[in-house]
Amino acid sequence: MLHGLAAYFETPEDLLDAVPKVRAAGYRYLEAYTPFPVEGLVDALGTRDERIPWIAFTLGALGAIGGFALQAWVQVAAYPLNIGGKPLLAWPAYIPITFELTILSITLGLFVTLLALNGLPLSYHPVTRTRGYRRALVDRFVLVVEARDPRFELSETRRFLEELGAAVEEVRD
Amino acid sequence: MEPKPASGDSALIQGEHTYETLSEKLAAVVEKPPPGAWWPVFLIGGLGAALLLYAILVTFIQGLGTWGINIPVGWGFDIVHFVWWIGIGHAGTLISAILVLMRQDWRDSLNRLTEVMTLFAVLCAALYPLIHMGRAQNMYWIFPYPNSLGIWPQFKSPLTWDVLAIMTYLTISTLFLYLGLIPDLALLRERAQSRFTRILYGVLSLGWTGSATHWHRYRAAYVLLAGLATPVVISVHSVVSLDFAYGVIPGWHITVFPPFFASGAIYSGFAMALTLIIPLRKWYRLEDVVTNRHLDWMAKVMLASGLGVAYIYLLEIFIAWYSGEPFEIRQQLWRFSGPYAPYYWAMMLINVGVLQLMWFPRFRHNLWVLFIVSILANVGMWLERFVIVIISLSRDYLPSSAHLYHPTWVDWSLYLGTLGFFLFGIALFIRFFPPIAVAEMLHLLHKLRFHRHDKQGGSPPHRDGQDPHTPR
Repeated sequence: MLHGLAAYFETPEDLLDAVPKVRAAGYRYLEAYTPFPVEGLVDALGTRDERIPWIAFTLGALGAIGGFALQAWVQVAAYPLNIGGKPLLAWPAYIPITFELTILSITLGLFVTLLALNGLPLSYHPVTRTRGYRRALVDRFVLVVEARDPRFELSETRRFLEELGAAVEEVRD
Repeated sequence: MEPKPASGDSALIQGEHTYETLSEKLAAVVEKPPPGAWWPVFLIGGLGAALLLYAILVTFIQGLGTWGINIPVGWGFDIVHFVWWIGIGHAGTLISAILVLMRQDWRDSLNRLTEVMTLFAVLCAALYPLIHMGRAQNMYWIFPYPNSLGIWPQFKSPLTWDVLAIMTYLTISTLFLYLGLIPDLALLRERAQSRFTRILYGVLSLGWTGSATHWHRYRAAYVLLAGLATPVVISVHSVVSLDFAYGVIPGWHITVFPPFFASGAIYSGFAMALTLIIPLRKWYRLEDVVTNRHLDWMAKVMLASGLGVAYIYLLEIFIAWYSGEPFEIRQQLWRFSGPYAPYYWAMMLINVGVLQLMWFPRFRHNLWVLFIVSILANVGMWLERFVIVIISLSRDYLPSSAHLYHPTWVDWSLYLGTLGFFLFGIALFIRFFPPIAVAEMLHLLHKLRFHRHDKQGGSPPHRDGQDPHTPR
């Protein structure tokens, strides 16, 4: 089954120039593959995702509240220890653990979130079966126009991509 | 289009490198047979790890009586080495985290190796409290979990903070290392020659494709985690120092301990990083990516943090005098002239004296001098932990309880064993995973080409004129 067409560009700048043109031509189901993060590429593709910082903030808030509540509950209610008449709710002494648990919640949570949002782990992706893919992890910048795009038409799309200066290869499942 | 080499004005990557040659060079570390020097490191490390295992077995079977600890020196070598190893671990997180936030491009060549160093150093460190318990099978008692006895940890104790801090640190430095590895694992997967390595790296890379959207989320998470790892580093060693400062032992009970320990950690961590990187870059011919400029900067960081340590040595003497507290003064005099005075003066000689060589570029640029100073710095920091833990404990308030500490062969074996385990772990890691982050270096090459473009007055090849260097 045809997954789409992969257009190989030589430099990140060529890819960045090409993406708006492809979008202007009406293609919507696009994805780019690059060896390293290319600044501005998600803006060009329109797939910018602002959720990560907010998710991290929520996880951190939950971790902080949970960590503090655990200590306060244990020291005041579950297992109160009177040591030298010191207050049970000695909140300054709870700050180090609250802090560590905040960071721990964010880190573990964000790692899982990142995998979930990116759809990883993934056992198979059609793009990795193309001949040019190996270089997409080194020095090629790939734009894939997916076949499910309503504007997609094999020979016409191929000609259009080649006009943009790319080498084009079919991506098959 | 001709690939543009990044060299000349940019000293971070030397030689005429393209993306292709750079990734080839960095992947070759894993794919080619190791250089001859790898085998002795691997074997010595393996023997050390075996020694460690044996010493642990002796400890568990015969008990803590095989150690040299006594009353009052109840915290012997194990806490000396716990603090020492944790300190060494810190440079890794600092290089990978703080320098990300400060947008220091020179970290890209160093962060992978120093993160690996962190991982194994923290593992070595975490081992000591574990075996110091004597009954390691009950270590879960220190975690807060509902149990049938209805008892809970004492959250107001720095020792409990320590447990949480170390576990958090170990978890996040492992995740951070793994996160950074994922793109490189995908590259190794695609380059794999045998079916076995393809499956191995394929599974470990989680099916990473390098999609632009994935990269975007990945960078957002990576930078966030870097930002969070930074305060954790500081907090971990501050908490470790509070284990001491909360006690009332003369020589421990001062408020300057958290910054004292944190700067000592940076100092010893950078020293250990230099000790590892200087031979590594020579054996694997990585001089192009770990340049003399990198080593120079690391030496400068070592100097700066070492000066912080030296300042606090002098401050401790001043505080003892200025406080007028007789036990503090006695402790300082005991350090100057007691039976452990050679340790104290050796520490002063290295951490205050030898360190000053790093002011001079001719010493910083001489690899042999730098290598020897970096090893001496670790010895100096070991002496510092010895001075803090053992000299202070050996003489507290009661003259009747003064007692010297003599480590036994088990103590020494545990120490040499962790050194072996550390080398063994790093040697194995380098054999299977690239010690320099390939994707980061390709990105750096890309950024360096950008800079050159800007300087030549050409318009930056970027849309809508925004600053291309702003990370997202």
